[in-house]
Amino acid sequence: MRRRVLPGLPLALGITLVYVAIIVVLPLAALVFKAASLGPADYWRIISSDRAFASYRVTVLCALAATVFNLLFGMALAWVLVRYRFPGRRLVDALVDLPFALPTAVAGIALTTLFATNGWFGAPLSLLGIKVAYTPLGIIVAMSFTSIPFIVRTVQPVLEELDPALEEAGQTLGASDLSIFVGVILPLLTPALLAGVSLSFARSLGEFGAIIFIAGNQPFSTEITALLAFIRLEEYDYPASAAIASVMLLTAFVMLAITNLMQARALRYTVRG
Amino acid sequence: MKIRLDNVVKEFETFRAVHGVSLDIESGELVALLGPSGSGKTTILRMVAGLEYADAGAIYFGDENATDIPVRERGVGFVFQHYALFPHMTVGENIAFGMKVSKVKRSPQAIAERVKELLDLVQLSGLKDRFPGQISGGQRQRVALARALAVDPRVLLLDEPFGALDANVRRDLRRWLRKIHDELGITTLFVTHDQEEALDLADRVVILNKGKIVQEGTPEAVCRNPADAFVMNFLGDANKLDADIRGGKAYVDAVAFDAEGVPDGSGQILFRPADVSWREQGQGIAAKILRVIDRPDSRRVLAMTGSGQAVEFDTAPEFPYRKGEEGFINIRRPRVYAAA
Repeated sequence: MRRRVLPGLPLALGITLVYVAIIVVLPLAALVFKAASLGPADYWRIISSDRAFASYRVTVLCALAATVFNLLFGMALAWVLVRYRFPGRRLVDALVDLPFALPTAVAGIALTTLFATNGWFGAPLSLLGIKVAYTPLGIIVAMSFTSIPFIVRTVQPVLEELDPALEEAGQTLGASDLSIFVGVILPLLTPALLAGVSLSFARSLGEFGAIIFIAGNQPFSTEITALLAFIRLEEYDYPASAAIASVMLLTAFVMLAITNLMQARALRYTVRG
Repeated sequence: MKIRLDNVVKEFETFRAVHGVSLDIESGELVALLGPSGSGKTTILRMVAGLEYADAGAIYFGDENATDIPVRERGVGFVFQHYALFPHMTVGENIAFGMKVSKVKRSPQAIAERVKELLDLVQLSGLKDRFPGQISGGQRQRVALARALAVDPRVLLLDEPFGALDANVRRDLRRWLRKIHDELGITTLFVTHDQEEALDLADRVVILNKGKIVQEGTPEAVCRNPADAFVMNFLGDANKLDADIRGGKAYVDAVAFDAEGVPDGSGQILFRPADVSWREQGQGIAAKILRVIDRPDSRRVLAMTGSGQAVEFDTAPEFPYRKGEEGFINIRRPRVYAAA
């Protein structure tokens, strides 16, 4: 008799596939279908309008900036949480997940209050001539806030598993701390960093709730793509909304594909032969 | 390079502490630090490497006080217990790493030549472009050694170098390491908990227990003249019989053994299972056979003395006696120690 891997595989597989179909594939298909109801000319006109283009620019540039910030700060945060023992470490560790748990609208309102020109952060910053709320900088802050857990939580376990003997080996071979970090630690963290970066970037592209409160939402300057799609929806222009959303969808796919390729390359040493 | 440890102390909250160890290692010597886990042997090795700092005492490399020289400037080659090869670098890149990050600049050609030379030395010429995940444990061990040698260390340090390998691979690598050491003549210190490995490989064996040196000497010296019951037990199978010591003699069931210099009182006699002969009649400690175990090249006999103490000994496969038979035990080379 053939041994079964786990009891109930056909049932589990069936439920999983139905779930994926209903929750993931169906809405995406509806989106594509809706967008396709436009003729090619209309579709192109909508997605290439000046206002749409401005929104892509703001969204992508802000998401990039937020991701770079998260990459540096998230890696530092993961490093500190793994390598050092200090009072309150467990509290900080728990706080990292807060952006996931918090409703994004709450985050948006809180950030706006803090960074408004009369807020705790905004007041001193405005003295320096830096304006955060209602500028692209505010969008970056909101994007960073909501996506930082992705980097921390992907890097942390890899860092924990990193054999301290690797660093000691580097030291006995005469390498400086910088050479060890660049030559040994960073390459081993790269796959996790790429995974974290791609998730963080994707989340930033799609973030809506936290941003619309702090962004000011001026067309051509602080209007993000997700908001533009929402505005078209409010105007009952469903095909136009779907067309704009389809651009975001395509961007997300392309980005995931690229990071997966990069990850495979970074992990090529694990291939056994 | 001669190494000298002068009363080195390392305190730990856990058990790995070292309580005042002094040791001289001659230039070109191959020395084993042997001890059970928690005896402080790895801590000593790591202090010599500079991966751990001594709380007190000093470590000299030649005439130079190396105690405070950081690890990366100390010029040691260290082979880690689980090799610690860089998994994302090929075998060749692993070996080249130390030369690439060195302050002494070398041309890429010089590095490539040296890598080739080292791969030949460790007999892995064909594996330069493999990743550590793609080669066997014994091969990884040799790559780790080549990587450590690439920086021309003054001293070679190995932490349980064969601990993670199969028994037969281990024996081959041991002989091979001895050969490499004899070729290069580099001062080498290695840590092991395996007495066979230490005796097989080392010029001199340093036996540690609870953070202190209990005996040091050539393999012959420690085998033939163990300093105390711990060393006797640690180096191999040993029988122990309780004895009364009176006036330079040790008595077990009225049989006397020479015990010159051992203070009067309770003591113990230790001896190897191979140092026992069995007689049906005559002199010796009366005993009864409890069980006979067959082995490929011998017979192990489990017996009980008249006073109820267990003894195990090895005999020729032709040993004719069986369970329940009675006779007398005669002991060659007994070691008498005062009770601990």
